[in-house]
Amino acid sequence: MRRNLVALAIGVYFGIVLLKSEAAYWTRIQEMFRFGSIHMYGIMGTAVAIGAGTVWLVQRFGMRALGGEAIELAPKPAQYKAQLLGGIVFGLGWSLSGACPGPMYSLIGAGFLPLLVVLLSALAGTYAYGLVRERLPH
Amino acid sequence: MHRALLDLVRGPWPWWAGGIAIGAVVPLLLFLANRHFGVSSTLRHLCAACVPAKPAFLRYDWRKESWSLFFAAGLVAGGWIAQHWLTSGPRDVMPLELFSFQALGTPRGILFMVVGGFLVGFGSRWANGCTSGHAIMGLSLRRPASLVAVLGFFAGGLFVTWLVLPAVLP
Repeated sequence: MRRNLVALAIGVYFGIVLLKSEAAYWTRIQEMFRFGSIHMYGIMGTAVAIGAGTVWLVQRFGMRALGGEAIELAPKPAQYKAQLLGGIVFGLGWSLSGACPGPMYSLIGAGFLPLLVVLLSALAGTYAYGLVRERLPH
Repeated sequence: MHRALLDLVRGPWPWWAGGIAIGAVVPLLLFLANRHFGVSSTLRHLCAACVPAKPAFLRYDWRKESWSLFFAAGLVAGGWIAQHWLTSGPRDVMPLELFSFQALGTPRGILFMVVGGFLVGFGSRWANGCTSGHAIMGLSLRRPASLVAVLGFFAGGLFVTWLVLPAVLP
């Protein structure tokens, strides 16, 4: 339960940040794909630098999580066909809807209720993937 | 001083501030919850929790991943807080004529909301991650597979922005 409450609090923080940084804006996503501004590239680059620095600290110094648990950094198994083909499908949807899953949630909270339609459609897409999974290359 | 700081937070943030704030989610989740950053798996857990007749892919104990549903609930609350308490004025978020309930009756509205959302859900599960899990967490872990996914994200996004939008927008 403690982990759930911590996740809830970090979620609140991330929800605020997604809107304030404008990473949840359809207009910003379009601007990024048009190479119209450094904004989104700067955000992603800075975020990856902080993430990579964190991973380095954990690997270099064996830092542990709160409560002394060892931090598991083993990556998910690679499936290059799935990452490429699924990635392309995701990119098509990302540009159309202007929202990856995080922004869908925070935009709904912000009162952009038509995003509920986008979220429900994303759930339908997830379910549909589950139905046809065995027939797709991975 | 206090006032000036609040005004700074309420205005739109420069990219470096947004990048630092978003990147900070990685150490926050790793050190405080011992979990990897990633949002799209919440869609899978929601399906597993809510849909009655399920394919094998959605039959597992989603309760073990309940932290991520709390994370998603937090995202909704955070969006509310940002919009109600931390905003200085209206911003150009999205074209409201495309993203409205009325637009659901038009081919354009269906394309941007329903088809767009469906492809995000389908693609993120197929690729096993989205912008947070691959572009931020995966690249931070120096995963080649995540770099492939990010290249895919951009291939799909560039195709829509440069070739589909000019054809369907007035």
